[in-house]
Amino acid sequence: MGKMPNWADAVLVPIISLLLAALLSALVILAIGEDPLAALQLMVKGALGSSYGWGYTLYYTTNFIFTGLAVAVAFHARLFNIGGEGQAMLGGLGVALACLYIPWPHWALALLGATATAAVLGALWALLPAYLQARRGSHIVITTIMFNFIASALLNYLLVNVMRPKGSMDPATAKFPEPTHLPTLHDMLAPLGIAFSKSAPANISLVIAVLACAAVWVLIWRTRLGYEIRAFGHSEPAAHYAGINATRITVITMLISGGLAGMMAINTTMGEAERLVLNSVEGAGFIGIAVALMGRSHPAGVLLAALLFGFLYQGGAELALWTNIPRELIVVIQALVILFTGALDNMVRMPLERLFTPRKPGIKKG
Amino acid sequence: MDYATLLQVLDSTVRLATPLLLACLAGLFSERAGIFDIGLEGKMLMAAMLSAAVAYVSGSVWLGLLAGVGASMLLAALHGLASITFRGNQLISGVAINFLAAGLSVLIAQDWFSQGGRTPSLMAGARFEPITLPFADAMAGVPVIGPVYQQLISGHTLPVYLAFLCVPLTWWVLYRTRFGLRLRAVGENPAAVDTAGISVVGLRYAAVMICGLLCGIAGAYLATALQAGFIKDMTAGRGYIALAALIFAKWRPWYALGACLLFGFLQAIALRFQSIDLGGITIPVQVMDALPYILTVVILAGFVGRAIPPRAGGEPYVKER
Repeated sequence: MGKMPNWADAVLVPIISLLLAALLSALVILAIGEDPLAALQLMVKGALGSSYGWGYTLYYTTNFIFTGLAVAVAFHARLFNIGGEGQAMLGGLGVALACLYIPWPHWALALLGATATAAVLGALWALLPAYLQARRGSHIVITTIMFNFIASALLNYLLVNVMRPKGSMDPATAKFPEPTHLPTLHDMLAPLGIAFSKSAPANISLVIAVLACAAVWVLIWRTRLGYEIRAFGHSEPAAHYAGINATRITVITMLISGGLAGMMAINTTMGEAERLVLNSVEGAGFIGIAVALMGRSHPAGVLLAALLFGFLYQGGAELALWTNIPRELIVVIQALVILFTGALDNMVRMPLERLFTPRKPGIKKG
Repeated sequence: MDYATLLQVLDSTVRLATPLLLACLAGLFSERAGIFDIGLEGKMLMAAMLSAAVAYVSGSVWLGLLAGVGASMLLAALHGLASITFRGNQLISGVAINFLAAGLSVLIAQDWFSQGGRTPSLMAGARFEPITLPFADAMAGVPVIGPVYQQLISGHTLPVYLAFLCVPLTWWVLYRTRFGLRLRAVGENPAAVDTAGISVVGLRYAAVMICGLLCGIAGAYLATALQAGFIKDMTAGRGYIALAALIFAKWRPWYALGACLLFGFLQAIALRFQSIDLGGITIPVQVMDALPYILTVVILAGFVGRAIPPRAGGEPYVKER
């Protein structure tokens, strides 16, 4: 089988996978008895047609950038971190601890502090699965799944029994104090004379997410550690032969991955809810898998894929509001994207590779 | 805890262990053949939805079961297509199937019944009824053994007995038949099986389809026997607990029974008691919820005997490298 040019691998394969997923989703919408084109128009209008829509789209995008990067970094070391959900929950706990118990003088300091605690707790939640994978050979997919459930039970316990303010029935912490409230895009764009919806939740975390993309790019392609991570991912025996310590790389990669997933919480918990609620992650950890697969584990790809899923999320909410199409349609689209870009990758790739292989007369195909 | 309460808890243990056991044995067939399956959850969920929907419309629980098993086997075939034919990543395929089921089940239920993504409650006839074993009522008067027979062993629905029968059956198929030997071999060393002239692809598809069949029964049990109808996300992580039980049992059928009963017992306790007092120390209910997962991590860490999965698990087989 011949090699494809790089551009085809990076652009054509994801686009064809996406088209297949879109086609099947359109069939699903047709089966419900709605018009797919009208649905798409409604989604575009709802998600991108106003600064309110953009505010929500970018808010979701921020979440998915963090979780997508988390999965992507782990993919480079050929580790499948399916525990972004649990790591993000712990990140939420980190944000809540920082915001509730430290008297911050200014939101900028609070943001730095909360980002750090969120990243540390998220990373810690990935530490044990990483260690077990590296030293005891237990499969990281299974352990991270188990840790998702343990995290959810832990959060449930803390919010119901420990952190809930007296007299409140809601399993949530108290509201964070005023100095920790983050500026929204409305606050940030107003001095520039750009009017942006006041009620949309997109906030300064988006900037941090984009910075994280750049940082991950530098890490993976411009540092020694990144080189070691990629070498380890390509071939473990070769990496071992080159003197790369497998345990060290596995643990460090998972710490970075968990930290990135945990940082998602600054957007949801500090930026939007301004308190820690049960189920603040809402499946964003899992969407990270689709985002990383779609973005080919490249930060630029992750950014674009996160934007796409942000659009799908906000557009899906609009669909659920105005039509008979439930929000679960987005889960189906997400599943189809994971299926085509991840599991059925070869189905798209094989015919394409054949197409790009120059035909050489006289030589039998091997 | 008095004797009557204990019996009630054990009775609910049996009922809650049944879907875990069916899904666990389903995973056992698949993983013993070298195909990892984290899509047990999705297959059960899809089967639960379709079995409840068809049972409601037709009024027949048997048609419901058939539909549920069909839906589950369809997803299993998709998993086979991705992981055997196209040699894709089995874990990613499993994740995709879980999401596909989570979305489609609500989507279809909402489209058909417009009740917020659930099916209407099932009436008698559209559900599996409890079966009273012979002499159950006559035995009830006998001290100690009588109530055990009447409450614990008798009075369950058909899938419960089926699930428990599946344990010796699975053992017999795996260890006493030619098919079972080949199935285990294909999970350890597919190249050897291929060399012997036996189809690796065929065996793996067979294993994956058996997995679909058992998950289908598990899902149908949830919606038509344990409860009366489908509700959103009604599997509630049971597919993952079954996966945990499978590791706990180290991929062996009889141990799977033990692991599923243990996890079922934990669920029954968590359901019945909000918090448990152990001589001054109160164990919150969340600990019971998390215990199956914590136990599995401990087992995986190798502290209580090492769990070694089938050697060729997760790796697509390429003929003539």
